[in-house]
Amino acid sequence: MPPAHPVPNPLPSAEEASAGPLTRRKFLTYVVAAPVLTVAASSTGTLIAPGKAYAVVPSPPQPENILDLGDVMVAATKQAQDLLVLEVTTDNRVVFRMPRAEVGQGITTALAMVVADEIDARLADVDVPLEDARQDLGTAQSTGGSSSVRSLWDPVRSIAAEARARLVTAAAKRWDVPASSLTTRDTTVRAPDGRSATYGSLTEAAAKVDQPAVPTDPKPSSEYRVIGTSTARIDARSIVTGAAKYALDVNVPDALPTVVVRPPTIKGKVKTYDAAAALKMPGVVAITELPSGVAVTAKTFDQALKAKSAVQVTWAAGTVDKVSDADIDARLTAAIPPMTPTPPLTQRVDATFEFAFVNHAPMEVGSAVADVRSGSAEIWVASKSPTGAQSAVADAVGLSVDEVTLHVVRGGGSFGRRLYHEPAVEAALVSQAIKRPVKLMWTRNDDMRHGRVRPRSHHQLRAVHAGGDVLSYEHRMACVELDLGSGTGQALVDAGYVNPTIGAAFFNLSQSCPYNFGPVTESLNEVSYDMPTAAWRSVYSAQARTAEEILVDEIAKGLGTDPVAMRRKFLKTGEARAVLDKVAAAGNWGRTMSSKTAQGVALHAEYRSIAACLVEIDCRSDKPRVTKAVMALDVGRQVNPSGLRAQAMGSLIDGISTVLLAGNHLDDGAFREGSYSDFKYARQADAPLVCDVHLVGGTGKPGGVGELCVPAAAGAVANAYARATGSNPRKFPINF
Amino acid sequence: MPTYAFTLNGKKVTVDAPADMPLLWVLRDLLGVTGPKYGCGVGVCRACTCHVNGTAVQVCTLTAADVVGKKVTTIEGLAPQGGLHPVQQAWLEEDVAQCGFCQPGQIMQATALLNSKRNPSDTDIDQIMNVCRCGTYCRIRKAIKRAASTM
Repeated sequence: MPPAHPVPNPLPSAEEASAGPLTRRKFLTYVVAAPVLTVAASSTGTLIAPGKAYAVVPSPPQPENILDLGDVMVAATKQAQDLLVLEVTTDNRVVFRMPRAEVGQGITTALAMVVADEIDARLADVDVPLEDARQDLGTAQSTGGSSSVRSLWDPVRSIAAEARARLVTAAAKRWDVPASSLTTRDTTVRAPDGRSATYGSLTEAAAKVDQPAVPTDPKPSSEYRVIGTSTARIDARSIVTGAAKYALDVNVPDALPTVVVRPPTIKGKVKTYDAAAALKMPGVVAITELPSGVAVTAKTFDQALKAKSAVQVTWAAGTVDKVSDADIDARLTAAIPPMTPTPPLTQRVDATFEFAFVNHAPMEVGSAVADVRSGSAEIWVASKSPTGAQSAVADAVGLSVDEVTLHVVRGGGSFGRRLYHEPAVEAALVSQAIKRPVKLMWTRNDDMRHGRVRPRSHHQLRAVHAGGDVLSYEHRMACVELDLGSGTGQALVDAGYVNPTIGAAFFNLSQSCPYNFGPVTESLNEVSYDMPTAAWRSVYSAQARTAEEILVDEIAKGLGTDPVAMRRKFLKTGEARAVLDKVAAAGNWGRTMSSKTAQGVALHAEYRSIAACLVEIDCRSDKPRVTKAVMALDVGRQVNPSGLRAQAMGSLIDGISTVLLAGNHLDDGAFREGSYSDFKYARQADAPLVCDVHLVGGTGKPGGVGELCVPAAAGAVANAYARATGSNPRKFPINF
Repeated sequence: MPTYAFTLNGKKVTVDAPADMPLLWVLRDLLGVTGPKYGCGVGVCRACTCHVNGTAVQVCTLTAADVVGKKVTTIEGLAPQGGLHPVQQAWLEEDVAQCGFCQPGQIMQATALLNSKRNPSDTDIDQIMNVCRCGTYCRIRKAIKRAASTM
């Protein structure tokens, strides 16, 4: 048997730390009161700081503007603050093991900036590896709800500030000078007399400091040097040189390529199969039956893919074989309750919207590497809920979670998809069966036809108005049941939000109307189908708030008001008006446009942030194109302006795609689309030539941003399309 | 098994491979070159884009036989070891990448475009069909224009 596979692992695991020789921990591993590492720390002199008071988990349920989903993650992370690991190595690296996934949203860069600023290190000296799955972190290791920077902001600054204080104290002792006379910058402590010492040279001594001799409070924002500065991704060079490693690029020796023959319809099951012909094909190593299909393992992916088509399988029916979009539409329509009757002497605006299924379609298909041995398993997967993936693997192969090591590798996009981890479980099952390490890959067809989707949804909206005021507003949403059983959904369950459904709780904690429309009624009814759904960037808001922003334009029309003026009048907060005003001014709202071209605007507030989007669309051909976009964001504290703008731009492309182009048809239990040829996600020719993102506000704590801009972008695109074409779009995507 | 010889990132290589083995898997599984990515296997997403004799191609749709005696360049060979091509440099300066998975292909496509047209127009850039699911298109456009001004 080969030795354990080499992986980046700058820190010993908790188990190693507690059991390993004392001499292994000569550096400062700054762990605040982690139970296991406490043992190692007390016996080696590794610093343990006093535990912080725990925050309480907020009591459910309250409206979104009092408590939102991110608050749940903030509370969960705060509870786990004492388990976060920040290490200063003797070679002067500051290492923060980030308990989150990096799937392109840029949080490794943002958190590296926070650490660098707070500990006074050069950004280039900070490493942010992704933490292995740790059951002690639980859902505090989940990545979702645009909550990562928001939830790690206080804990990370706190532990970095404590570490800095101890490094300063160690230097003061070494030089026998007052600690208060020392300064820190560029990963170095400096004395007034010119002496200096790198953090790496102080880390062993710092590990022995009992009480810091300088304050351990995070610095005031007036002293930030890195936070708030536009910074290119810290992994950008590895990406542009091709060095960045995704799951299938990780060098696990002798891991065998594996693909899976999957059923013709969703969740179909293997009845019988004949692998005789496939087994005779070149390079084929093994054929393994799985709950989801038949796995083919070979020496190369080419051989595995060829042998896949030689496996003869008879399939039992899937779970939705007789179901097509029209069947779902009938049930969704029936699931919408009657709207409240309109009072006398009022007028109303009614609208019904439909949104298609949408695959997440991350560029990197579902992938995982697994090496399952007797009594142990090692997994490499881009997971946004690593503890859930670890438990699922342990259950599948009959091991305890402690026996499963799960490495979180960078992901090639997610958009919600990597909250789920089917590839990891499949890879583990195959590895266990054939007693070899395997690297398992879903094909693009697999991802499109058996991956997860944003649920198809219907929306009935009604606004009642009289005398220029909106008197009441009602939004009834029905959708195919959203599987929220992983990541943020699990965090909600842990916090007690299970009544009446997780989806309803999620909906209530994510939806709020930003306008003064009188009494607001918003509700969700979910229709159950046994099919794979998942949160898709912005979750319910991607459809619900988009629908509302379209209705706002239609109310404006009913009131004879300009869409921007209408929003300005009814927005609840000055902050929201400022964001709207920014796009209206920067985007030259109301400028004269030629026929079949128009501007459109929309706004969205969630995650303690606000976004507005103004687009210009050209509908002069049968292929509408958004030609220009101006966006404005108030996300509170801006950690990395470049990363914030990147998230806004990406969300804009999601808005363009889901409103104009990209969706999935369900035909008799199978998705019609199979690749990017028929799943028409935007390409360069669909993207605007100009996209300006303005950041306004900027004080306080960071809000969430990863999902923030999707509803604003989608709403603006739909509203521009409506104004350019003189139509009222009701079904999305429009060109489906 | 037939043997095929070609130049890969400036070095001569010889591989034993089935005649119909896609070059993508020759590179990834036989030669350990992982910059080109699998995204669809049918030449649609273009995450595997490389150069053959300087022209952008999707290596998932070619075989080793197609490149015998030719120069294959992957993202790893775009610049000399340790250095950056001006297009890669422009990518850093515009902070283009998000998840990064499509970016090797995007950069190879952009470089081929710039090699054929020193100052590509917006219409030329619109012809790029490489999918970026993170939606970095606006920064890709800016990076191509930035690279055009420095190459």
